[in-house]
Amino acid sequence: MPANIDTILFKDIDEPGLNTREVYERRGGYEMLRKALKMEPGAVLDEMLASGVRGRGGAGFAMGRKMSFIPKGQMDKYLVCNADESEPGTFKDRELMQKNPHLLIEGIIIGAYCIGASKSFIFIRGEYDYVADILDAAVAEARAAGYLGENILGSDHTIDLVVHRGAGAYICGEETALLDSLEGKRGNPRLKPPFPAVQGLYQGPTLINNVETLMNVPVILRMGGAEYAKIGTETSTGTKMISISGQIKYPGNYEIELGMKTRDILFGLGGGPLEGRTFKAWFPGGSSSPVMPLTEEVLEMPYDFDSIAKAGSMLGSGAIIVFDDSTSIVDVCYKTAHFYRHESCGKCSPCREGCNWTEKMLVRIKNGDATPMDLDIIESVCNQIMGNCLCVLGDAMAMPVSSMIKHFRPEFEAYIEAKREEAGFGVAIPQVNRGSHAGPGPLLSPAQAA
Amino acid sequence: MAIDPSKIKRYSHGSRVPGWDSAVDLTKDPSVVPDPATTYVPDHVREAIEALMGKYPDVRSAAIPAMKIVQREHGWLSPTAMEQAACVLRLTPAYMVSVASFYDMFELSPKGANDVYVCTNISCSLLGADALHARFKEEMGGDPDFNVRAFECLGACDIAPMASVNGTYVGPLTEDDVVQIKEDLKEGREVLPDKQLAKRKAASKHWNR
Repeated sequence: MPANIDTILFKDIDEPGLNTREVYERRGGYEMLRKALKMEPGAVLDEMLASGVRGRGGAGFAMGRKMSFIPKGQMDKYLVCNADESEPGTFKDRELMQKNPHLLIEGIIIGAYCIGASKSFIFIRGEYDYVADILDAAVAEARAAGYLGENILGSDHTIDLVVHRGAGAYICGEETALLDSLEGKRGNPRLKPPFPAVQGLYQGPTLINNVETLMNVPVILRMGGAEYAKIGTETSTGTKMISISGQIKYPGNYEIELGMKTRDILFGLGGGPLEGRTFKAWFPGGSSSPVMPLTEEVLEMPYDFDSIAKAGSMLGSGAIIVFDDSTSIVDVCYKTAHFYRHESCGKCSPCREGCNWTEKMLVRIKNGDATPMDLDIIESVCNQIMGNCLCVLGDAMAMPVSSMIKHFRPEFEAYIEAKREEAGFGVAIPQVNRGSHAGPGPLLSPAQAA
Repeated sequence: MAIDPSKIKRYSHGSRVPGWDSAVDLTKDPSVVPDPATTYVPDHVREAIEALMGKYPDVRSAAIPAMKIVQREHGWLSPTAMEQAACVLRLTPAYMVSVASFYDMFELSPKGANDVYVCTNISCSLLGADALHARFKEEMGGDPDFNVRAFECLGACDIAPMASVNGTYVGPLTEDDVVQIKEDLKEGREVLPDKQLAKRKAASKHWNR
């Protein structure tokens, strides 16, 4: 990291009163908005493209490119800030919005100016009620100061901002489901294409970005896109908020430069495992990302979008959940499947039925009712969910569950055997014929099985 | 393992499916927009909902925030509450229920006044949230003043295991805190002032090292 860049979004985050306009302006706030209004919208877009900043919500799509998809010309365009942060393990946006709401508002106004939107929304999850109150107060302050409303800062642009509170549904973090929910419907995802950039909220072109992404907009303007691109790695530019949680000494939000070594994150920032334990595995990017065992090789891996993708997982929202040797992998697997079963909206059958049956099979495993063959069935169900639904909620269940079975199959099998014995079912059926047509195989006596 | 249908409980409305149109008065036609002339709506509720309607290009967008207002007013989304919201929004009660049943934070049956959401998702359960939830249930489950629910990730894994008590995030909780929370709520005090998330510093400052 260049010497003068310590942290960007988290710089002096605990400064008292940073959530008020007075302190924020004293620290140079809203200067970038004035600068942006003097630039052409196209010039602002060029800076975003030059910065190479990728979306921080999970998919990691380049923000500048997404902005450039919005059609030009006079029409009702919208900007929606996705603050429905419900991915298990993710809590970065909560802290950012609570402590520095004006940076987000400034980012939204610049973004809306850039794409030519006159109406913008912050969709915040209903559980974050106290954060929404802070945002409401900040929006009122910004409106009073003339940053929002008609003819902002004496220009001929009108930009309005509404804080919309959700009512508790994970699926509303998916962009098209979020739009349906914002329109006052059940949060069901829509078929894509048309993508929201062409036909989104109220059928108008809509730009949807995560809180952290939009907060980076004023930062990029201040530094210049090319300068910003020097932070991080070539394809993953900038800093990233990561949320560390689980069985680790110092959980919390940290800002890192992308490309930092995993070991430095888990042992340096996170402080290593709890007393007397060792790390077993981790979710590198929220509960939707495939689980990876924490081997020496993984600890040496740089933490950025591409390195993690190459290793077979994903950076996602940057939420790291670590668990240690005291935890049974079956429990983690069950909790994951249970969550997605509960949150599946029920629109597409593969996800609705697949999540349901996967959870049921895991309950069977926990009750000692299962045979190792059930693992094959779970894997087959997961394979049939992936890529077959309108959104990726089903995939988000299938990826971690199948990765856990892939990496920890012996543990699952030992667990099943132990539970069967406990439940009085005797020695389990040995595994033969693994694959899509797996059968139970011949029955063996316990002596033969041993 | 075959399922014996006779062992599945029926709800009081006669169905095995929970909550079907439980928040609608079945004696009335749900497809009719309530008549403003005969539907009583308190003035402050009407004003609050009308203010919301002005914020969006389409009034339907105000449905979810409006239901939050009437839920706060009535304690749950009762048939009367739904009718009031529908009346101001000029929508049908059936539409309101179809939306409300999708979301976790809407209550379609009566509940206790104090919401205690205990997070039992991955990060919290790794640190003992299931035992904590059981303790909450044991302490408050039978009390009609409390609405204890196991909730999916509330987005505060840094203070795991945690709970949201009437919207205030508190954690990390131990089983001893449960009694304290109950007392604080009964007395109308601030809940666990030392353990509130809003007062916590960023992780690099919080952990003194």
